[in-house]
Amino acid sequence: MELCDLTLHEIKDLFAQKEVLPSMVMASVVKRIGEVEEKLGAYLALDLEAALAAARAADDRIKAGRALGVLDGIPVAIKDNLCQAGRETTCASRILQGFVPPYTATVVQKLLDQGALILGRTNMDEFAMGSSTENSAFKPAKNPWDPERVPGGSSGGSAAAVAAGEAIAALGSDTGGSIRQPAAFCGVTGLKPTYGLVSRYGLVAFASSFDQIGPLAKDAEDCALMLSAVAGFDPLDSTSVRGTPVDYTQELDRELTGRTIGLPREYFGEGLDPEVRRLVMAAVAQLEDLGARVVEISLKMTEYALPVYYLISSAEASSNLGRYDGIRYGRAAAGREDLAAYYTRTRAEGFGPEVKRRIMLGTYALSAGYYEAYYQKAQQVRTLICREFAEAFRVVDAIVTPTSPTLPFRLGERLTDPLAMYMSDVCTVPVNIAGLSALSIPCGFARGLPVGLQIIGRPFAETTILNIAHQYQKVTGHHRARPCGTGHDRAEQEGGSPDEV
Amino acid sequence: MKFEAVIGLEVHAELATATKIFCGCATKYGAEPNTQTCPVCLGLPGALPVLNEKVVEYCLRAGLALNCRIADFSKLDRKNYFYPDLPKAYQISQYDLPLCRDGFLTLASGRRIRITRIHIEEDAGKLIHSPEGEGYSLVDYNRAGVPLIEIVTAPDLATPEEAVEFLEKLRGILIYLGISDCKMEEGSLRCDANISLKPAGAKHLGTKTELKNINSFKALGRALAYEIERQSELLAEGKTVKQETRKWEEAKQRTLPLRSKEETQDYRYFPDPDLVPIELDPAYVAAIAASLPELPEARKRRFIEGYKLPEYDADLITGSKHLADFFEAVLKFYFSPKAASNWIMGEVLRLLGEEGLTPEALAVNPAHLADLLRRIDAGEISVSQGKTVFEKVFRTGASPEEIIRAEGIRQISDEARLRAVVAQVLQTYPQSVHDYLNGKIKAAQFLTGQIMRETKGQANPQLIKELLAEELAKLRP
Amino acid sequence: MRVSEEEVRRVAELARLAFSEAELRQLAGEFNRILEAFAKLNEVDTTGVPPTAHVLKVKNRFRADQIRPSLPRPEALRNANAVKDGSFVAPLVME
Ligand SMILES: [Mg+2]
Ligand SMILES: [Zn+2]
Repeated sequence: MELCDLTLHEIKDLFAQKEVLPSMVMASVVKRIGEVEEKLGAYLALDLEAALAAARAADDRIKAGRALGVLDGIPVAIKDNLCQAGRETTCASRILQGFVPPYTATVVQKLLDQGALILGRTNMDEFAMGSSTENSAFKPAKNPWDPERVPGGSSGGSAAAVAAGEAIAALGSDTGGSIRQPAAFCGVTGLKPTYGLVSRYGLVAFASSFDQIGPLAKDAEDCALMLSAVAGFDPLDSTSVRGTPVDYTQELDRELTGRTIGLPREYFGEGLDPEVRRLVMAAVAQLEDLGARVVEISLKMTEYALPVYYLISSAEASSNLGRYDGIRYGRAAAGREDLAAYYTRTRAEGFGPEVKRRIMLGTYALSAGYYEAYYQKAQQVRTLICREFAEAFRVVDAIVTPTSPTLPFRLGERLTDPLAMYMSDVCTVPVNIAGLSALSIPCGFARGLPVGLQIIGRPFAETTILNIAHQYQKVTGHHRARPCGTGHDRAEQEGGSPDEV
Repeated sequence: MKFEAVIGLEVHAELATATKIFCGCATKYGAEPNTQTCPVCLGLPGALPVLNEKVVEYCLRAGLALNCRIADFSKLDRKNYFYPDLPKAYQISQYDLPLCRDGFLTLASGRRIRITRIHIEEDAGKLIHSPEGEGYSLVDYNRAGVPLIEIVTAPDLATPEEAVEFLEKLRGILIYLGISDCKMEEGSLRCDANISLKPAGAKHLGTKTELKNINSFKALGRALAYEIERQSELLAEGKTVKQETRKWEEAKQRTLPLRSKEETQDYRYFPDPDLVPIELDPAYVAAIAASLPELPEARKRRFIEGYKLPEYDADLITGSKHLADFFEAVLKFYFSPKAASNWIMGEVLRLLGEEGLTPEALAVNPAHLADLLRRIDAGEISVSQGKTVFEKVFRTGASPEEIIRAEGIRQISDEARLRAVVAQVLQTYPQSVHDYLNGKIKAAQFLTGQIMRETKGQANPQLIKELLAEELAKLRP
Repeated sequence: MRVSEEEVRRVAELARLAFSEAELRQLAGEFNRILEAFAKLNEVDTTGVPPTAHVLKVKNRFRADQIRPSLPRPEALRNANAVKDGSFVAPLVME
């Protein structure tokens, strides 16, 4: 196994033993990027020179035993919607092409302060709108387990990069499942923190009341380390929650005895791939074996989550994306004679079809005469969804569901059907609606493709869901499978060849 | 037919905070373009607003001073529209739950003008229109994000005069509260007016027009008067008034319809998800209420009752916080209220007027005016000498003592010496004496003038008056 | 509730977007399919249910009125497409 296929915590231990230096890990990652990036399209921009220079500085600190933090010398990737001063930030949109922020997002600053090596900026669906990374204006990213399939989205680039060893860990953002669904599709672990836990300052907004930044990594322990590094109160974000810093690894080793896990029957209904169901149920059995008590629960509001999510997120997006007019930044249409025509041309040329669709939907939902029927109604149902989760969490410590009802689909397969694409998020959006914590871990392979298990926790109960995930990963090996440059070949995974679909 | 006007005002006041409403950029007026901007007020992708606590406090001050109810739950909303001076393509404002509502302001007539609401919001940037034919505009975002309160009245005003009085009173209150400098010329106080006409006594409201670009109190009065005339003519001719926004054209003293887009505005207000609700602790609100300064109305009463000033004086002086502060500062050094009031209403306002200055620009040290009043009362200098000295105090900032010494100004009250001068003048101008004795009282003025000339203006005028009368009486046949 | 192409055109104007006739037709179709699916929400009785704009219980988040450095002007202007006299150049605005 190459260094780039190791986990963050394994590398951190090797650093501690002074057996390995950051430059060596960087070399391995750079080599892997050279081998697979062209095929996968995980990155929109690489910043290897800066990362290599940072690695040499980290070498000295590691050698001197003066690491800045657990992330010191660790090569990480960040999604292209996180601002970093001096680095072009495009959100995979033509309209932001050439935009170089004069400031750095709080989370990126935290990574830099702890000595992390920022490899580059990962591919995504334009403005994080999508579930396949096909909406990137520049190129689609591919699934490392099968490059003919999508890596999920919108943080598809981050998920693919981590899965393929093009980064040790990565940051993504999750508005309706954009960390968890690609994590599931790429066979990595992805965590969406509770709304308010991680500062959004510097995250280019899609839907402000849902957006959260979180880690994609090779296992739950790595997610816990990454989360510990980026979580915490930020005075620059009014929706950031005050609290003392938490070590999210603290409960990893707790036994599951005494934990109650809920299985909501609404998530196992129509549209669920039988293979996905089988693997998820096997994982649930495993959790029971580990001592957890599993109870069936009902979340009747689930079927309303998708419309609630799409109406509110599109409404917020339509407003958040009004600022792209080419005057202060980003691409502008030629000719400035007529104000209205200028705006329209700039935006019509700059935004891709899915972004336009959401802006349209959101504008419609907020416009005079429709506000009550759509936006306000969705907000009221949002209240009911929140209440239902709160009720459920009086009985259970965590809720387990599939992350995605289907296996990674083929590129182009759902592009022409927005509604079918939206269905990809059916299991993940309720979590964002209620602002809960949730993660996705690999729970096996079907037809050679990874399947994800979603573990949903109470608000600010990240330690609980990380504990459940870690206990599961201690006794299973799905998270150790690697798609690229390893002895693990797809054929070795259960379920046979992906071409048997 | 006789028409009545129904007028409502929408007033925007820039708050005198050090920083903008949602970021730490300075709000200083007159800075070089785009030197007071940051990712937040430029609306850069990813930047987030955090509310300035002073903005809430200032809005509460205004609300409490204007007898409003303070909301126990309030929030910020986005008002979406596209314009180059609006960096995010939405203005953060308050829609259905403003911080303050249901207040009033009382006019001199005793009429209460209802204040519907006061809310907080951010200002937009400044557009500089390029010269004709250049095909572009320039944008300066220094003002983008400067905090405003918007004060909306009910349509309770009946005349242009009432509207002007309301705005003047409101301005006085905001200045007294120390929350805005209210300079209409710098745009820190802006006023739009809604006006409609209805037949006298009618219940239903007519079609209203909205007047913009009103840049002074005078303009407010004139724009409304113009609009009343215009609408009356239309109605008298049986035509209808078009509901529209009109712009006051100062140069031509008329209102003109603003070129309006076909598209009706649809602002798509919704709660700003980047900001959290405001739920004020009643104890906090009570503390703000307790900390409010004395307001113009109360101060006026106190001036009348405490200083025995005539209502006219008290009203005029308390109309400007600066004048009233100056007045009371003078009294601290020398307690002579009516004299101080006379000097302020007379010399101070006259000199300010000559310089085209507002009372805020008054730079006279109150101790200097007090000193001057004391010297006049003591007979050291005359009132007219005092006026000469004061003008120099006003222009140079030097103390009366310095000026009096440097110019050798003093008053001669030596009776024997003055009597000699009087006698000499009477001898020199027998014709005037003759005239006076024959009933031409005015001749005394001439003689007084000559006495003053002889004494280089230093003679005690009161004493001269007495001595002249005595000496003339002696000459009566 | 059916959405007409005319309605879609109005929304596009409001959002400062433009579509070809074919795109408009397609969008109207998609809108109707999406909104039809979303009409499901009408099944839910929301009488008396307060809307949720924030899942957080956070309130009163204020900052002190303290000046922080603004961007140096070249930084503020660096991403602009056109700059003149220290200002951003925008399309001609007529009043
Ligand atoms: Mg306003
Ligand atoms: Zn700023």
